Amino acid sequence: MTLEVLAVDDSRTMRDMIRLALEPVGFKVHTADDGVHGTEVLDGIAPDVIITDINMPRMDGFGFIDAVRAQTDHRTTPILVLTTESAAELKNKARSAGATGWIVKPFDPAKLIKALRMVAG
Amino acid sequence: MTTPDPMAEIRASFFIECDELLEAMQDGLQMMDDGEDDAETINIVFRAVHSIKGGAGAFGLEPLVRFAHRYETVLDGVRNGTLSVDPDLLKLFFRASDHLSDVVHACRDDAPVPTDEGASILSELDAYVDGGPEEQAEEEEIDFQPMGLSLDLDLGLPPLDSMDTSPNYHITFTPLTEMFENGNDAFPILSALAELGEVNVTCHSERVPPLSELSPESSYLSWTVDLTTDVDEAEIRSTFEFVEGLCDYSVSSSTASGDASEAIEQLEELPPFPDEPKPTRSDAATETEPETKTQPDPPKPRSGNGQPSNATKAVVRVDLDRIERLVNLVGELVINQAMLAQSLESSGLSPHSDAMNGLEEFQRLTRDIQDSVMMIRAQPVKSLFQRMSRIVREASAAVDKDVRLVTEGETTEVDKTVIERLADPLTHMIRNAVDHGLETPQERAAAGKSSEGIVRLSAAHRSGRVVIEVSDDGGGINRARVQQIAIDKGLIPADSVLGEAEIDNLLFLPGFSTASVVSDLSGRGVGMDVVRTAIQALGGRISIASTPGEGTTFSISLPLTLAVLDGMVVNVADETLVVPLNVVAETLTLSSDNLDEIEPGMRVVRVRGGFVPLYDLGYQLGYRTAPTSLTDCVALLILLEDGGRAALIVDEIQDQRQVVIKGLDDAFYRAPGIAAATILGDGQIALILDPSDIIANAGEHRSAITVPVEMEA
Repeated sequence: MTLEVLAVDDSRTMRDMIRLALEPVGFKVHTADDGVHGTEVLDGIAPDVIITDINMPRMDGFGFIDAVRAQTDHRTTPILVLTTESAAELKNKARSAGATGWIVKPFDPAKLIKALRMVAG
Repeated sequence: MTTPDPMAEIRASFFIECDELLEAMQDGLQMMDDGEDDAETINIVFRAVHSIKGGAGAFGLEPLVRFAHRYETVLDGVRNGTLSVDPDLLKLFFRASDHLSDVVHACRDDAPVPTDEGASILSELDAYVDGGPEEQAEEEEIDFQPMGLSLDLDLGLPPLDSMDTSPNYHITFTPLTEMFENGNDAFPILSALAELGEVNVTCHSERVPPLSELSPESSYLSWTVDLTTDVDEAEIRSTFEFVEGLCDYSVSSSTASGDASEAIEQLEELPPFPDEPKPTRSDAATETEPETKTQPDPPKPRSGNGQPSNATKAVVRVDLDRIERLVNLVGELVINQAMLAQSLESSGLSPHSDAMNGLEEFQRLTRDIQDSVMMIRAQPVKSLFQRMSRIVREASAAVDKDVRLVTEGETTEVDKTVIERLADPLTHMIRNAVDHGLETPQERAAAGKSSEGIVRLSAAHRSGRVVIEVSDDGGGINRARVQQIAIDKGLIPADSVLGEAEIDNLLFLPGFSTASVVSDLSGRGVGMDVVRTAIQALGGRISIASTPGEGTTFSISLPLTLAVLDGMVVNVADETLVVPLNVVAETLTLSSDNLDEIEPGMRVVRVRGGFVPLYDLGYQLGYRTAPTSLTDCVALLILLEDGGRAALIVDEIQDQRQVVIKGLDDAFYRAPGIAAATILGDGQIALILDPSDIIANAGEHRSAITVPVEMEA
């Protein structure tokens, strides 16, 4: 199934990697450079799932998740957190912030797709 | 051209991003050093290192990941307030940044990573955080532990667990209301289970209350799934990773005996694949290995237009060769335009005719195009300056001086090639400023100066050229000593009477070194003469200004580009030649008043009290066999690479203009004294001279140059 994805990451390399992993299998990928940009891009699209980095300028991933969850339309939009931080800590932080799941960087394209399917059906 | 591999392209773009990140990191540290930082500054530095680590992980650049990770850990400590920054830590950060940049570049170039320096920095970094290296290493391990997600994913890998006995599993699944609150849903989980094998799903709706009591956001359903699959239990459990704690679920092997559930309970405590970090890691790490296992093939089909549009925004990466070609074509255009202008003028058209008006417009456009094309190759000098701040740090540490580098005009743009070729001479000048320019802390204290020496590096555009200055606030040039050294080394006669500027210029003599003790810093057998030669090779000039007690300034003046040259067009024996303007100090008219003969056959011209040897250009280039008469001739006073001066006699000065440099390739005889060629407005080809080379060659048979001048007496 084709999914529409919004990927928010301040690293161009990461955004490129995500595109490279998802576009060839037919995903529609939108990207944003940070949380603030992410909310701007989100305005006007209805992604099936959102991927976000944590450490970003202007608005970090947690702030972005808050902002997304505050919107009625995206109260239950699946959000995957993309992070390099260690698993145990991250799990709780991400979940309490309202994230649906997480992906550890560096990600494997196949696992990213699998994780996306796992939260977005 | 072969279709680029998208992974390789992203890798290349990653290293470009790394350079940007390294720059941001340097900027941040510099701000901290200058005391201009705010709360966000450390975050910027942290993020830069973090992003480098993230990307490095994706490309399996292990040494980079390892170093960045531990550097990042200390930065994180500062960020969350457990560590405070003192000058020592900041110095360490600078060193770590320098090393990080080395590692990045080593990874980029597939060069060996310098390990010694890294190890010492790492141990110093680790000392700042609790735990030290061991814990760090452990944490790292966790960092890259694979997710509890499927590893085989329809890619034909054998299951992790090789006991493929196709056991049947019985799974129960009851979502809690909380599970839905963070965007999870039951359906995708059931779908994921269905993808693992053959499923038989039963939905239990007994708990659904009457409609009047039903809360729409609560969960009442539960499922049981009978799964026939050959994946192992951990794999099945991984399906529930995101909803762990947000639902009640159990997985049991239908064929298992009673004590299996106990084992399951234990399993639940463990992270998904505790013993299997290898597969993901090595997949990402080794690019040489066939990627087919977990890297899906997708890259290939997209390669044609696979470049993400949004990610690369307003920047286009262009092959340098293409720009080179464009620059050349524009050069041709300029020449062509000049030829057209000349032929239209000579055809006697009225200056007010349409053709002449059109030509004017054409000229303006040509100039604009030329400027724009040159701009493509232009880059801010910032990256170069940042490299210099590293040189200052290393140099000052080596000679134990406290030095601050102040930079100005970092956004000044200069041709990329010029920037690249400026790195070495500038490095040397900066080292010199730190080593020789600045006094020792004791001397500074005695002179009432702050113990911290200042080296200033500035760039600015000045009348179509770039001026780069390196100055220090040291003691200035000790002219008496410089002269004495030059005499001792036999560079000048003991009885020379020299002006201040002339003494300063002795520094540019080959083999001159003022340091009485050759330090391991600047005493590398490279003198300022090499710097001067490098600058002149770039079409630049270098000059010194020094005030005793206040410091010394070296100014480099460079052309904006190497494709065009400011030249003086001269006539010699009916030939048209171009002399690079940057070596022409002034023009002289020879007369019996300023001509002299210091020894038989050795003619000189007097220039403000000094004597400058005279050379006839036409004779030197073999255009005439006997030198021309000297009086009423025009001579160009040339600044030589060795700091000396000489005068070249020419028949006539035609013009001073920009010419497009056309290299003379190997097909041509490499004539001494000839640097390149150009095509003039009238279509005529003119050679561009290398005056220093001509004079160096002439020096060998100087006696042949002069001839008695009848008119003189």
